[in-house]
Amino acid sequence: MRQRSLPGFGVSLGVTLVWLVGLVLVPLLALLLRPWELGPLGVWKSLAEPRVLAALRLSFLGALAASAAMLPLGLLVAWVLVRYRFPGRRLLDGVVDLPFALPTAVAGLALTALYAPNGWLGAPLDALGLKVAYTPLGVGLAMAFVGLPFVVRTVEPVLRDLPLEAEEAAATLGASRPQVVWRVVLPALAPALLAGFAMASARAIGEYGSVIFIAGNMPMVSEIAPLLIVVRLEQFDYAGAAAVGLAMLALSFLLLLGLNLATRFWRRA
Amino acid sequence: MSLALRGLRRSFGPAQALRDIALEVKGGEFVALLGPSGSGKTTLLRILAGLDFPDQGEVRIDDQDMAQVPARHRRIGFVFQHYALFRHMTVFENVAFGLRVRPRSSRPHEAEIAARVRRLLERMQIAELERRLPEQISGGQRQRVALARALAIEPRLLLLDEPFGALDAEVRKGLRHWLRALHVELNLTSLFVTHDQDEAMELADRVAVMQAGRIVQFDTPARILDQPANGFVAGFIGQAQRFAGRLTPQELVFDGIPLAPLPRHRLLGEAAAPGAGQGPAEAFIRAHEWRATPGPGNAVLTSARPAGGRVQAVFALGDSLVEAELPPGLLEPGEPCQLDPLTARVFLAEAPFAAP
Amino acid sequence: MSPRPAIAEPRWARIFLCGLALLLLALFLLLPLAAVFTEALRRGWGPVWQALSDPDAIAAIELTLLVAAIAVPVNTIGGVAGAWCIAKFDFPGRALLLALIELPFSVSPVISGLVWVLLFGAHGWFGPWLQAHDLQIVFALPGLVLATLFVTFPFVARTLIPLMQEQGRSAEEAAATLGASGWQTFFRVTLPEIRWALLSGVLLCNARAMGEFGAVSVVSGHVRGETNTMPLHIEILYNEYQFVGAFAVAALLALLALVTLAAKALLERGGPRGSLAA
Repeated sequence: MRQRSLPGFGVSLGVTLVWLVGLVLVPLLALLLRPWELGPLGVWKSLAEPRVLAALRLSFLGALAASAAMLPLGLLVAWVLVRYRFPGRRLLDGVVDLPFALPTAVAGLALTALYAPNGWLGAPLDALGLKVAYTPLGVGLAMAFVGLPFVVRTVEPVLRDLPLEAEEAAATLGASRPQVVWRVVLPALAPALLAGFAMASARAIGEYGSVIFIAGNMPMVSEIAPLLIVVRLEQFDYAGAAAVGLAMLALSFLLLLGLNLATRFWRRA
Repeated sequence: MSLALRGLRRSFGPAQALRDIALEVKGGEFVALLGPSGSGKTTLLRILAGLDFPDQGEVRIDDQDMAQVPARHRRIGFVFQHYALFRHMTVFENVAFGLRVRPRSSRPHEAEIAARVRRLLERMQIAELERRLPEQISGGQRQRVALARALAIEPRLLLLDEPFGALDAEVRKGLRHWLRALHVELNLTSLFVTHDQDEAMELADRVAVMQAGRIVQFDTPARILDQPANGFVAGFIGQAQRFAGRLTPQELVFDGIPLAPLPRHRLLGEAAAPGAGQGPAEAFIRAHEWRATPGPGNAVLTSARPAGGRVQAVFALGDSLVEAELPPGLLEPGEPCQLDPLTARVFLAEAPFAAP
Repeated sequence: MSPRPAIAEPRWARIFLCGLALLLLALFLLLPLAAVFTEALRRGWGPVWQALSDPDAIAAIELTLLVAAIAVPVNTIGGVAGAWCIAKFDFPGRALLLALIELPFSVSPVISGLVWVLLFGAHGWFGPWLQAHDLQIVFALPGLVLATLFVTFPFVARTLIPLMQEQGRSAEEAAATLGASGWQTFFRVTLPEIRWALLSGVLLCNARAMGEFGAVSVVSGHVRGETNTMPLHIEILYNEYQFVGAFAVAALLALLALVTLAAKALLERGGPRGSLAA
């Protein structure tokens, strides 16, 4: 092999491969292979149970809806952080990362306390006839909580690097401020928004800790797919648990692939 | 110190960066590698330093083949284009680095290191900066630090990659003379890469002109200017304008421009000899190699600007524009005249290189 | 007055947008945090202290620290090695390697635990062999460590790679021309340039390792005082209606998160002496 200008390539690549293969690839290989002990038909049956389908549907649609709902808020926060200087900006900047740093069990507990029928926010919402905790809405809320930083942190750097000259050019051409934002700024941010949406969704689909406290976990109603894995493992149904896990990974992969293609299409269009 | 390169080749995937390079440099010489970007000059410099390795060929330093020896064992000083100073170290620490990383057996005492570093910094006229961080000093000062750092290891050969590339035009001029003086005073053997022909011509004892991965000419600045080896060198050096034409047994006939043919005895270059062949050719004419005669003729003066006792003029000839130097006051813009070349460097148009 | 008046929003709009962002984030992110501390202190400091000094709670805290103390160094070494070869060398498959390193980020925590059960559980590939040799991985410390390793796998590499790619390799090449060996180059040239980013990555890795719930929940077996980490302890207390205890432990973990965030913010502003100078 050709010599390299810097030393340490062999050692670092070796360490990296051992680390990667041992801790990530071999375990994932088990996930990839275990379900097929049931045979293709068995895997199908194991996934076609109504309870499984309901859980997968809740995890995916809930994640998509929650991430979509975070797009406007994420954009607003990123905009304010990049474009304005105001008291409390530093704090805002730090608070955005809170869902990253807060352990999921703590987040789940906190959201439950807050939105329970007797909680600070749960009580007034309950009076309005809106039940959050222990419903699919609660599941979506927890997913939105963990997804928000992904949207903000993906849009923020792109917005910061956006040349202001383009907006000034639009202004000299007679565009009003809303027109400039709508026709110049937003299209430039669209790929980043889509990428943030994809990352938030990917995180929310697999989310467990912050969801199970607030979800109530009623089969067919508010039970998420990861919980089903835990349930099946408790019944020693390894293959069935692996089947759900593999289905989740496959669906996430398809979703990310689809969003990636959409982003490329957007850039070309 | 002597340096000899033979049969050096290097490709990056399908792209051939160096094709069969041969070069011999004597101890004490100051050599420039001159060429447009992408001609392979930086690749060549990196191979000399041991930061890259040739696919084939020899790099002989003091008659030892070093082609596969990594950089750390070569003792060759390298000044990077953007200096690559260690940003977390002070100027002093940067310069001391090469001495401090030596194996214990050959490492000087800390006091000795300090003395050597201070001597170098003084020599570079930046002694007062020793405690500063690289981000706290100017571009020209950084360059001196980079140079001091490279010289601290007492290199057998000093390599500089675009040494003035990152500097303002003002600073550049001053540093050129200073570097030349330093080279002589420290009795260095140096190679530097540049795409600026003025820099190469002014600084170097010999210039290697590179084109598409080859050294097309390696000679003193004067001879490169006088006797360019091919059309590429003639066009790249000395601000010559290129014209297409045909060589007949008697003269050079210009294509597509109303210029009178030039008889063979007025031509320069290999194609000028009577028996040198004929056919399509390219001619290079420098701005001072023109004569303008006022009165009706083939050209009209379109613009003129004074330049140090002469006038830089632009003429329209048919569809083409020609740049020429005139004595002042000869013509006013808009006036017609007869424009004739006094001479031309002519090269028969053949594929300059057969692809290997 | 904005330096770019042509494209500035009117003052009222700016104030409105900033206010809205602050209000929404306070409601959405800060209020839950406040709820944790309020619930924990509902009956004063006494019960909080009691909950935290309970032997099971202390065992959970110790186990959490132990798991992090093993997992974080392993992922730090792996992450630095991965960042070094990805950022400083060109080789075929580099993009694939980077994608694989980031893979655990897009895997559900529960799956991160599940994969170890599939390998080492009673009915796992290596389960019978482990049983025959009287070794236990799942439902024991090794399983907790492995699950934590999987979920915190990319943190250090992910923080380092963009920075190291941006810094390029010319400083290392300069060190090589000056005669430095590989280790000298790494410890004297590379490491000082990335130290604050490395620290930030290690802190994030640590926060996640101590706070991980889903993955360790699958491999823990939930034996009180033995295989319960702090987040799992919260769940047990909550399910037993010991709310103050649950929120007390949660508050402790929330403090860890706040400290991590503060440290990260400090590091991103350029390290203690402002010398990150990226």
